[in-house]
Amino acid sequence: MNGFTRVGASPDAAFTVDVDGTPVPVVPGQTLAAALWAAGITAWRTTRGQGRPRGAFCGIGSCYDCLVVVNGVAGVRACLVRPEAGDVVRTHE
Amino acid sequence: MTEAPDVVVVGAGMVGAACAYYAARAGLAVAVVDRGPVAGGTTGAGEGNLLVSDKEPGPELDLALLSAQLWTRLAAAPARPLASAGPGPDTTFGALAEYEAKGGLVVASDEQRLDALCVFAAAQAAAGVVAVPVRHDELAELEPHLSRDQVGGVHYPQDAQVQPALAAAHLLRLARESGAVVRLGETVTGIERGAGGRVTGVRTDRGRIAAPAVVNAAGTWGAAIAASADVVLPVLPRRGFVLVTAPLPPLIRHKVYAADYVADVASDSADLQTSAVVEGTAAGPVLIGASRERVGFDRTLSVAVLRRLAAQAVALFPRLADVPAMRAYRGFRPYLPDHLPAIGEDPRVPGLFHACGHEGAGIGLAPGTGLLIAQALTGEKTDMDLAPFRPDRFEAGESAAEGAAP
Repeated sequence: MNGFTRVGASPDAAFTVDVDGTPVPVVPGQTLAAALWAAGITAWRTTRGQGRPRGAFCGIGSCYDCLVVVNGVAGVRACLVRPEAGDVVRTHE
Repeated sequence: MTEAPDVVVVGAGMVGAACAYYAARAGLAVAVVDRGPVAGGTTGAGEGNLLVSDKEPGPELDLALLSAQLWTRLAAAPARPLASAGPGPDTTFGALAEYEAKGGLVVASDEQRLDALCVFAAAQAAAGVVAVPVRHDELAELEPHLSRDQVGGVHYPQDAQVQPALAAAHLLRLARESGAVVRLGETVTGIERGAGGRVTGVRTDRGRIAAPAVVNAAGTWGAAIAASADVVLPVLPRRGFVLVTAPLPPLIRHKVYAADYVADVASDSADLQTSAVVEGTAAGPVLIGASRERVGFDRTLSVAVLRRLAAQAVALFPRLADVPAMRAYRGFRPYLPDHLPAIGEDPRVPGLFHACGHEGAGIGLAPGTGLLIAQALTGEKTDMDLAPFRPDRFEAGESAAEGAAP
């Protein structure tokens, strides 16, 4: 049993986005951060000082920790953006 | 736990931390008291400017030059990392406080401003500031993303930047290692005096702390502390906003500001003054200032001011036009009518020392202030003449400039 069936959801078919060259499935309605978590990717940035892993933290667009590059546009908050099929996502330096 | 300290420092901001640090290292038993957290006042609302570039020749510049040397020494002082950072070798105070000796670049948008800037810089150079004129074709080497519209500028290698809240917190940590006690969340409600009007301690909302000396490092709230000893120190708030961008890869190398900034600092106008001040931070966000207005302690957000700050910053660095603004904050600079802080013992109240009123320069001037206060507390000869900073100089009919007795 997965999360969708547990809540009785019936989402439309998933599509994929390219995250650093890897296809990641996205269910319509998911934010990019949610899709990354579902794919087991919980960290996609590192801290400047000691290189510690960072990903989504607040999940509501306030902390700016979850930044990614989407279709060439930098500084996008993964917890807010809803990807579309074929989007190209690159993680930051 | 010190129950009868030699001195109570009121205020756990950057100036209070510096007073505590130098006093504790001079062997005094220090208690720091603040009604809020460390850096809860103006220290937590600034940009961490350590500037000599924006000061005209005079006592404030002299204090800034002394303080800049002390900053360099402090930055190199060994410090243990925080326990929460995990075990590791000693680091330095500078690394913990994100101290960057990045230098300042003041730019002019037309020839008239550039001429005025160069005249100003020449006077500063005569007073000991390193000021290097920069031609239009040399600007890009220093700041590759600076707008080509700027006609020239002056480079000030002695300017530096620090993260002010971290600096205050870590300096207090070092002070505690030298025996200082820090009491947060405790409000000083009065200064107690005894025979001859001499200070005997402070009253707080938790009781009394007996001490022969009190340092008023309450910044923008310094007037109230002075009033609790029945003396006038006319510190007023001068509001400023800072706009913070989302974290960016390195874009801006120096503290960069428009030549108009110096006139704004020196102005007596209560009206809104804004001029572009932009710098990067170690953490990534770019900080955008600077505004000045006298509106009391009005904390409401002013979108009109932020709009001006954003427009001015984009005029200097066009790349900022596409960058998201993450948040804004505001603070209240402690402003005294002659733009000089109050530093030293109050002749009207023996045992009461003031260390406040630094306007927008408190972070940079803190170590110098702290050292001078520690010297005054121990009766040592002070490294600078404190006459221009006399706390009682605002009494009607008296002024240090009129040759009052030392």
